[in-house]
Amino acid sequence: MADIKIKQKEPLIHITKRDDVSFAKSIIIHLIGIAVALVLSSLLIISVTGENPLKLFKAMYEGVIGTPAANMGINKKYMESIHIGAILLCISLAVTPAFKMKFWNIGAEGQVLMGCLASAYCMLEFGGMVDNTVLLIIMLLASILVGAIWAVIPAICKALWNTNETLFTLMMNYVAMTLVSYFIMIKDRSGRSDLGILNERTGYGYLPDLFGMNYIFNILIVAGVVVFMFIYLKYSKQGYEISVVGESENTARYIGINVKKVIIRTVAISGAICGLVGFMIVAGDKHSIKPDIVGGQGFTAIMVSWMAKFNPIIMIPVSLLIVFLSVGSKFATSAFKVDNSIGDILTAIVIFSIIACEFFTRYKVNFRKFGKED
Amino acid sequence: MNNKAAIELKNITKTFGSVIANKDINLTVNRGEILSILGENGSGKTTLMNMISGIYYPDEGQIFVDGEEVVIRSPKDAFDLKIGMIHQHFKLVDVFSAAENIVLGLKEEGKYDIKKAEINIKEIADKYSFEVEPSKKIHEMSVSEKQTVEIIKVLYRGADILILDEPTAVLTPQETQKLFAVLRKMRDDGKAIIIITHKLHEVLSLSDRVAVLRKGEYIGTVETKNTSESELTEMMVGKKIDLNIDRSEPKNTADRLVIKNLDCINREGVKVLDDISFTAKAGEILGIAGIAGSGQRELLEAIAGLQHIQKGEVLYNNPKTDKTENLRDKNPLQIRELGVRLSFVPEDRLGMGLVGNMDIVDNMMLRSYRKGKSVFLERKRPKDLALKIIDDLEVVTPNENTPVRRLSGGNVQKVLVGREIAASPTVLMAAYPVRGLDINSSYMIYNLLNEQKEKGVAVIFVGEDLDVLVELCDRIMVIGSGKITGVVDGRNTTKEEIGLLMTKTDRGEGNG
Repeated sequence: MADIKIKQKEPLIHITKRDDVSFAKSIIIHLIGIAVALVLSSLLIISVTGENPLKLFKAMYEGVIGTPAANMGINKKYMESIHIGAILLCISLAVTPAFKMKFWNIGAEGQVLMGCLASAYCMLEFGGMVDNTVLLIIMLLASILVGAIWAVIPAICKALWNTNETLFTLMMNYVAMTLVSYFIMIKDRSGRSDLGILNERTGYGYLPDLFGMNYIFNILIVAGVVVFMFIYLKYSKQGYEISVVGESENTARYIGINVKKVIIRTVAISGAICGLVGFMIVAGDKHSIKPDIVGGQGFTAIMVSWMAKFNPIIMIPVSLLIVFLSVGSKFATSAFKVDNSIGDILTAIVIFSIIACEFFTRYKVNFRKFGKED
Repeated sequence: MNNKAAIELKNITKTFGSVIANKDINLTVNRGEILSILGENGSGKTTLMNMISGIYYPDEGQIFVDGEEVVIRSPKDAFDLKIGMIHQHFKLVDVFSAAENIVLGLKEEGKYDIKKAEINIKEIADKYSFEVEPSKKIHEMSVSEKQTVEIIKVLYRGADILILDEPTAVLTPQETQKLFAVLRKMRDDGKAIIIITHKLHEVLSLSDRVAVLRKGEYIGTVETKNTSESELTEMMVGKKIDLNIDRSEPKNTADRLVIKNLDCINREGVKVLDDISFTAKAGEILGIAGIAGSGQRELLEAIAGLQHIQKGEVLYNNPKTDKTENLRDKNPLQIRELGVRLSFVPEDRLGMGLVGNMDIVDNMMLRSYRKGKSVFLERKRPKDLALKIIDDLEVVTPNENTPVRRLSGGNVQKVLVGREIAASPTVLMAAYPVRGLDINSSYMIYNLLNEQKEKGVAVIFVGEDLDVLVELCDRIMVIGSGKITGVVDGRNTTKEEIGLLMTKTDRGEGNG
């Protein structure tokens, strides 16, 4: 019992669970988190590069929003940034229903890529044969279908034989990349393994600019998907079934939900939206096809979805923040001629801080009262 | 052993946000003594014990062990003080074996040797006549086996102050008696034992002293030999309450559900139901008694369309159409579509009957959300129903948008039973509907079942408290190892007769 005597002190820190934290308080906690992240980033910038962090942050801002000069004409810098955010947002929305169902689909990258491939194929095959509007509709439908198929294959295996969907969807990504490489190989007769810009001369299968701004079509589509997904998850019967299956399969069986059907249907929706993103990338932005065209957004989207706690509306600021960080830091590091990885580190600091906020919204940290200390 | 207090609590207070869970609690437990902590749901019994076992840290107050003030910051500190707690909700790793769970986190001398641990476990089990297979995986175990593992886990760590949170809630009368024998043996060994409970007859038969809590406050401690059931109830509830169940004579009975020669095989390929035949009548309560895991769950799930039926028939006589429907090989949705009003309160409330993370309104919708052709949900009626149930059944909740997992056990059950009754069933099946509930909630559930019976519902009640079964049910069917071992009339049977029937097949096999 002697050793117990030594420990006669209240613990320095003890952690207690909070009740529900109010929305305002949660915002304050997150703002503090971001402020801490900025201070940490500044310290890092000063100690590693010796630059003034404020200048670097300004460069980041200009890299994303653009200077007035860069926003003249049709190619507006901020539209480009918003568009990158919109694409990321759309993939995040796509993975969300599956995640809510606890189906860990990490194959969005491949599903988007297959959508790209379907669109590119249609562009090359049917370009000039049909009216451009018809072509765009064919591309859209083909992309959605192929994206859905790519997602449904692992879902069927999961529903029927309970295979591990995480590994399966991951592997499907690599299959998709190989398929794209193969497609490029058979289509490309120049031997450069690169198809370059598709239909560059004719513009077949290109989404038109609207209101004198490019990307506007894609941004509108994504806005539509946000509204759809928000309503679908919260107010539709199918969305309700997704929640029940995700929370407890036993409960789902108990009330007579066909769990297999819900899994396959939900993942098909997930994949279809990924396919739609593929269409947007090819028809509304890149007008080309290559294995790395999605650029890892399919994985970043998983993080966005989680950070927003599967809430479609919160995903908007989250994906814009992530794009701000990645685009801005890329621009700033090249402007200041510092290593690009500094940008990645800054992004990581901010994201970690936001995730850390999660802890403080759920728990309260109590410090030992001074009076009590022996 | 001297009369020094093993544990003494002085002015312990604990709050969660704005909720005061414990307020100025003073309590002592001596060595060689069994102390019962008695209180209603949400009276702060478990919170108080969690502070002794290092899960929570008190906001105010002091804890003394053997007369010395101690600070218990973590379960490890508690173990160092030889305090062990067996929780109501088991804290075991499902995919590990019993032995692996028992030695988990334990720093033993020498290298990891699971075989040696298994031998030690066997020794402890033999000493206190527990039945346990050390190499059996937790997910393959029944609830009572899991509890045995939890108790051995604590003993393995050499605890001499044991805290048991509602230990008998999951046990059969026989298992309870065994457990009590073990606890008495430990007490005679000089261990200090605290048992949290709300079952009065257990308190009276087991403990030396009783401490009563009410709404987070300490009411008092009495010597068991100087008290009575009614005095304890009054201390616990704050007023006198009537502990009688009114049993009306069945009226207008009609065969509602006819089960014929039912056979079922579970996922492991073991026959869990063997040639079960019985009739549930409208306007009566049919009790089902049996040792836990004798096939009660499978029987109800087979009727509800959740368990594959190997052989036999489930026939339902529809009072509206006078047609007889066979429910075999139909899923719950198809059964509903046949117009069969079958309500089912499953044993696993939050894992099957309700969704813990959803609020009360969304849980109301589980049964009804499909109604209508719209692709959208209609939340108005579920909300009205939620408010009605909260009001009628006195559900304690901040509001109807609180996730049900935040509610206490009794309130969770009121939500579930309320929803199932709201579907105006013709058959109501309830598996262990009062398990873990306090007196007030339990009697409310019994009254609800009685009301349903009087409305002409065929009620099937799977229970574990034989006193209640005998008082509540019109007929009691006893099953053992998946077979019917007897059907008795609730009005002229005894607890002992049912107890004998419960173990009948086992004994028969033992002799033959």
